[in-house]
Amino acid sequence: MVDSTSAMKELAGWALNIANQRGATYADVRVIDERSRALATKNGKIGNASDSRSQGFNIRVLMDGAWGFASSAELERSSVEATAGRAADIAKASARVKQSDVRLAPEKPVRAEWTTPYRIDPFSISIEQNLALLETIDRELRSVQGVTLAETNMNFRREEQWFFSSEGSDIHQTKYTSGAGYVAYSFAGNEIQKRSYPNSFGGQWQNKGYELLDELKLVENARRIGEEAVALHSAEQCPQGVFDIILESSQLGLQIHESIGHPIELDRVLGMEANFAGTSFLTLEKLRTLKYGSELVNVVADAREEHGPGLGTFAFDDEGVPAQSTPIISNGLFTGYLSSRETASLIGLERSGGTLRAESWNRLPIIRMTNISILPGETPLSLEQLIASTDQAILFQTNRSWSIDDKRYNFQFGTEIGWEIKNGKRIRMLKNPSYSGITTEFWNSMDAICSRDEWTLWGTPNCGKGQPQQVMGTGHGASPARFRRVKVGSAYS
Amino acid sequence: MLTRDQAAEIFSRIRKYAAADELECLFYGGRSALTRFANNTIHQNMAEENYGVSVRSAFGGRTARATTNKFDDASLQEVVSASESLARVQEPDPDLLPIPSSEEAQGRYSPPSNGAAAPEGNKLPSRHFEETSNLTPAQRADAVGQVVAIAQKRNLTAAGIFANSENIEGIFNSRGLSRWHRQTSAEVSITMLAGDSSGWQKANSPDIAKLSPAHLAQIAAEKAAKSAAPREIAPGKYTVILEPAAVLDAVGFAFYDFGGLAILDQRSFLNNRIGSKLFGENISIWDDVSHPQQSGSPFDGEGMRRSRVQLVEQGVVKRLVYSRASAARMTQSGHAAKVGLVETTGHGFPIPNEIGEAPMNVVFEPPQEPKTVEQMIASTERGILVTRLWYIREVDPYEKIVTGMTRDGTFLIEGGKLVCGLRNFRFNQSLIEMLSQVEAMSTPVRTSGEESLDMVVPAMKIRDFNFTEVTKF
Repeated sequence: MVDSTSAMKELAGWALNIANQRGATYADVRVIDERSRALATKNGKIGNASDSRSQGFNIRVLMDGAWGFASSAELERSSVEATAGRAADIAKASARVKQSDVRLAPEKPVRAEWTTPYRIDPFSISIEQNLALLETIDRELRSVQGVTLAETNMNFRREEQWFFSSEGSDIHQTKYTSGAGYVAYSFAGNEIQKRSYPNSFGGQWQNKGYELLDELKLVENARRIGEEAVALHSAEQCPQGVFDIILESSQLGLQIHESIGHPIELDRVLGMEANFAGTSFLTLEKLRTLKYGSELVNVVADAREEHGPGLGTFAFDDEGVPAQSTPIISNGLFTGYLSSRETASLIGLERSGGTLRAESWNRLPIIRMTNISILPGETPLSLEQLIASTDQAILFQTNRSWSIDDKRYNFQFGTEIGWEIKNGKRIRMLKNPSYSGITTEFWNSMDAICSRDEWTLWGTPNCGKGQPQQVMGTGHGASPARFRRVKVGSAYS
Repeated sequence: MLTRDQAAEIFSRIRKYAAADELECLFYGGRSALTRFANNTIHQNMAEENYGVSVRSAFGGRTARATTNKFDDASLQEVVSASESLARVQEPDPDLLPIPSSEEAQGRYSPPSNGAAAPEGNKLPSRHFEETSNLTPAQRADAVGQVVAIAQKRNLTAAGIFANSENIEGIFNSRGLSRWHRQTSAEVSITMLAGDSSGWQKANSPDIAKLSPAHLAQIAAEKAAKSAAPREIAPGKYTVILEPAAVLDAVGFAFYDFGGLAILDQRSFLNNRIGSKLFGENISIWDDVSHPQQSGSPFDGEGMRRSRVQLVEQGVVKRLVYSRASAARMTQSGHAAKVGLVETTGHGFPIPNEIGEAPMNVVFEPPQEPKTVEQMIASTERGILVTRLWYIREVDPYEKIVTGMTRDGTFLIEGGKLVCGLRNFRFNQSLIEMLSQVEAMSTPVRTSGEESLDMVVPAMKIRDFNFTEVTKF
């Protein structure tokens, strides 16, 4: 069992010594102890009740100008040293096929401790209390006639990580993540409709304690969500054509994720993800020349605590670079990428943007979104005021499907529910709404964004990238926004 | 590697700490390595080794699971305690079944439809190959070097992976059930990039001897070269020829609906459609873990033996797969008379779970008159050849409309010949309609994609495939 920083330091020392003896020019070690809990109900019964604990370490070495990585759950000295030797062997093999040596942008070594700010340790809440909350929500959802399936979920994670590098970094971080949500399905005739709350795909997720669940008003919204799922059957089909559209904030968060967050990843831009996740249209000459969006579009990549409790909030990334805020789009102009020490060096940046993260101890860190957020409008504007100022549009709420090409130009999103807006009012519900477009054309059509009161830092817990694939949580702050003349409805054409 | 004897010893220690009425332990893990390359360089290269045990405790209608990757006594006591704590506080579920005995888990053997004899002892042929598990980083690097040389010879840039692994799955329970499976896997995926085009190939097998990275690289390079300077044509309904990887990733979105619980939950596109002719008469589909081109373990998440099940016969959905619990519930439900034969088939996921079960070893039946992709092209006056599909997501769960993009080699066919590369399309296509419009198929082959489990699927020529938009490259 791992239990103390000094023991972790000793373990890392064994590994780093082997790397040094084998001739590594750089090495780092991460030791991780993670615990998670998943609870779920389904139509009044337990859908999931599970705990998981995983401990292990990895060593990443740079040798002969190439990378090697090895990991193991065995923390005894012999295993640690063997694993470090394996990483060195792998680096040596990597060096057989290279065009140039890997170089790292400089970074000062640090010694630091950091823990996610939280009020209530989610593992301190009794299982009975957790299940009682889910069962209450479940009853509310199923009290609506026509709801054919009700699912609720609650998830907690605690990850403690010790990071040591051959340059002298010594960082101890503990992160807490909480998430909760629910979905009501209704099957009738030839249709399956659903509504989710607070968001689809597991609800809302933040790096926070149990207090997140108290803030979400889960029970209060359950009946409405069930009623909307059933009402969708009798709603009009979303029309096809070109319309002005308004995206509520969780859908705008996913729009940011797919059409800004991924294309700004420098490993994609540089071709490192070409075989799986794809590349990016944001080739290097577009930095500080491309008009990505309208003047109202201001996007940051901000991993700092002051940005909020997003799934991309931390003090240091997984190669020991401090959390930063990088301007990505400034008044519509494309101004920054997500970078690591290696990719920063490749394009001549002075320093990494601090975005290298790994799913767990057995995965090597790769560039991941931190909190990629659009800044709220400075002029006070609520969603209701935005609707009131709109002659004709469709409002899209809560993602149902999402897809984008491998360079991140063409996207199509569907949402669970839509609303037709006419003369400043929501006049009717629409079912099966979808919209599509080309990334830069879409962001250049944004002509209004709501202000801070409507801004929410959403969590996307299921972002897949890398080979072997890693799932990572990312944060996306957004307020509702309006876009002019967007193609609507082609999913059903 | 964790051995069966070591797992049995761990299970016996767990039993000593357990107070639950019933106990089930799943063992998982293995050794794996993956060499990743891009820009003609190995840029990521990793190895891992990890094993875990997942403990399920049950107390009269209440059950839960806890997992650890540490096998010392303190960690095992902790994992048992966590599992029991989660189970004890639940309301009893009268539908929760006792864990299966060893005899029950043997199940019923379903002989292959071609009349072939059952494998001796109903056991699978070995899926463990020493040559696969012993592959070294240097051997993987040398193979990548060959791929890069092929790329450089044609002024292309190569990206991809070469991976190998050796894994175990095991299950022990307090009613004497004990199952163990080990297998190896090797996988190669290659993308060749040119200035304005690309080509891709991927293959995997338990046996490294069945893979040829250089051969895959040649095909991917050829596709990149042939699709250079892609033309843009208007979206619309076209005759398409989907290579097996494109078929796999599209149809994979249908099979989670072939479980009994999906029907009971009314979240399946097969609700009210089982027994009716849903697809073309040329479509027959099995789930068959024993198929020589399939892989995976012969038992499910409770240790039940996986049966061979015919899901679709000549376009008619005949049967579903079931866990023990779903079969029991289905028998007593109002759906029972409408869903064909209901029995445990050994396709359940570890309990508790929300999905129930799904086919994991899909095999398309060979067509009566198989056509090669080249023959399909030659018979097409105007159409589109698709190498792979990408970022596929469900748009409509009941009409089974999925959207996604073409990628890495999309070609215009005119007059029976490939004419040029095309800019990539977005599609919005009902899988029900797609499988009703298949005009020709190749002999099914083991296929690996990015969005679905490996299957044995054919290439397909399909009429009126619905492309709705075109992208910028």
